[in-house]
Amino acid sequence: MSRVMIFKRFERFWHWAQALLIFVLLYTGFTIHGTLTTLEFGTAVEVHTLAAWALIVLWLFAIFWHVTTGEWRQYIPTRNGLFAVMHYYVVGTFTGAPHPYRKTSQAKHNPLQRLAYLFFKLVISPVIWASGLLYLFYNDWPGVLAGALSLEAVALVHTGAAFAMLVLVIAHVYMATLGKTVTSHIKPMITGYEDLEERH
Amino acid sequence: MGRISRRLSTRSIVFLTFFGVITVSLVQSVNAVQQPSPTADHSKFKVLQGPFERAEDVTTACLECHTEAGEQIRGTTHWSWVYKHQETGQTLGKSQVINSFCGMAVTNEPRCTSCHVGYGWEDMKQPPPTADNAVDCLVCHDTTGGYWKFPTLAGHPSYIPREWPKGSGKMVQPPDLEHIAQNVGSSGRANCGSCHFYGGGGDGVKHGDLDSSLVNPPKELDVHMSPDGLNFSCSDCHTTGGHAVTGSRYQMTAKDQLGIDVPGHTDFTRASCESCHGLQPHQAQKLNDHIDKLACQTCHVPAFARGGVPTKTWWDWSTAGRLDEGGKPLEIMDEHGHPSYLSEKGDFRHGENVIPEYAWFDGTVKYTMVEDALDIDHPPVAVNRVEGHPDDPGSRIWPFKVMRGKQPFDLQHQTLLATHVFGADDTSLWSNYSWEKALQAASEMSGMPYSGEFDFIETTMHWPITHMVPPADQALDCGSCHQADSRLAGLGGIYMPGHDRSVWLDRIGWLLVAAALFGVLVHAAARIVVSRRRGQ
Repeated sequence: MSRVMIFKRFERFWHWAQALLIFVLLYTGFTIHGTLTTLEFGTAVEVHTLAAWALIVLWLFAIFWHVTTGEWRQYIPTRNGLFAVMHYYVVGTFTGAPHPYRKTSQAKHNPLQRLAYLFFKLVISPVIWASGLLYLFYNDWPGVLAGALSLEAVALVHTGAAFAMLVLVIAHVYMATLGKTVTSHIKPMITGYEDLEERH
Repeated sequence: MGRISRRLSTRSIVFLTFFGVITVSLVQSVNAVQQPSPTADHSKFKVLQGPFERAEDVTTACLECHTEAGEQIRGTTHWSWVYKHQETGQTLGKSQVINSFCGMAVTNEPRCTSCHVGYGWEDMKQPPPTADNAVDCLVCHDTTGGYWKFPTLAGHPSYIPREWPKGSGKMVQPPDLEHIAQNVGSSGRANCGSCHFYGGGGDGVKHGDLDSSLVNPPKELDVHMSPDGLNFSCSDCHTTGGHAVTGSRYQMTAKDQLGIDVPGHTDFTRASCESCHGLQPHQAQKLNDHIDKLACQTCHVPAFARGGVPTKTWWDWSTAGRLDEGGKPLEIMDEHGHPSYLSEKGDFRHGENVIPEYAWFDGTVKYTMVEDALDIDHPPVAVNRVEGHPDDPGSRIWPFKVMRGKQPFDLQHQTLLATHVFGADDTSLWSNYSWEKALQAASEMSGMPYSGEFDFIETTMHWPITHMVPPADQALDCGSCHQADSRLAGLGGIYMPGHDRSVWLDRIGWLLVAAALFGVLVHAAARIVVSRRRGQ
């Protein structure tokens, strides 16, 4: 049995900081939305804004990291093995079949993950950023924008994206438990190392 | 090196903290600065030594030096009780409008004209008296508190001992005019308040944000007027020039775009919050982002009638005139000791710590005049209405006291009616409890048409709330508006996070979330079952 580094230190920091910020943003966001009432609205807005800026900064670093390290290639979609992974989640996981995908440091995400994360990065997040920044700077909209767009439209898009994010988080957290054991996917995200074993 | 710099920084933090505490306490202790003493000691003026038989004689003495003051007063709304509205073209003012309290001032002289800034206006069909010395200097400039315009003498104080309130056995002594004349000064809160706090016939009745508790308010009641705070007089904001007072309720500045009033550069009035606080009053930008749509008062006057004086919120004239078995007028008190029924006036409701109602307001108030037809099929009818619209950049959300009640109207003409309620004659409502006579007499006295057929209709009246500003930490918190059960519920025209939402987006969103959770649960349950079976 050997250990191999899958998730580098920055990557792990980025993942867990992002996870924390997303939970904070969901919690404060749904408070602002009026769903949760445990926090005062003003406090929720302050924390939400602060967390949003923190996440934007984190993303700037992450984008820089992805570009400079070439890690962005990890998210290039592939059909190769996609259906095998889907089949595993629907059937194989119950019949005791092994996970059809082996992560390596060169290809750490399985084809389904690639698609999901690409969707998260290229669709949900940009929509949240754009609508969120428009929301935040509503009072500073130039006249052209103010004539074409309403706060309500922006708020609805932002809320819609938040629901998508919540669904993604639920699926992501659950699927993290679908490794060989419940924690075997989670451990490398913490320690960085994956135990490589012989296939059985 | 590292240690030294760390020690230095610790020391500087201590110093800065100490300095900060000192600065904050200095800032917080910015209290009323003592007004400099005036350049004249009026007790030294020969002309003010008296003796004065009547109040007009004091005015004559005043005008000896203040040669233009009388003419200036006669040019103001305080004198003419006529206000020509620039926006609506309506001729308003106390001599013209009808309200939902005692109706009209016309037909109720000399009771209503007891608040005229003059002496002897006994018939409002005529203009105010023209004599030079008919102007009342003392009501605004008495500093002794000893001057009181008697409620039924058309602006005069009483020159003989008189009982007030009627039947109370309490005697009001004539004022010491010599003493008062020798101690005149600039107007304080009690001067303006002697009329403006008592509108509607009693303390706090009318406005809700103006009552006698503001003569000496604690800081929590009014941070500006409190002697423990800034100790403002009314004219510190309602800037005066040549005896004309700025700040009008008929045409308010709903959105002051000029900001801080620099003399010579702006409009010479500080009767708006922005006049001193500017257009970016908060440290937090998100709060400043609100001021284009929210009047300062909307958050900073969370409730009115907070000083222990109740304000009337409901006045139903239709029940007036009920007498007890002995034919005596009734006086019924509510659980707080405020009258809830008087035979003279009908049913009342009073309120303290009243939460305002909110409306879009561009500053213009339009009145239903006595000659204007009512939409009697859709009560309540508005005695006045505030103009404004969410899409109008000059409108903001303002707080109001909405006065409600029932008052008489003409069934044939479908107009509101002047009422002759006061008067020691055989026709006034308060002497004989007969609406028929009171309305007939009012029509004859005012010349306003009356068909002889009347009924009562529910009315509303909007009173902008702007005084009684507590310290900033008692302003509304965000959640007062940004929640489903909001203070601004039903106002419309804006999307308010936390208050507004798309029901369908929420339904679809939560359905997807529920589906995801369901999928996860089913999948997890299946995993557990399968693994147990395989384990067996």
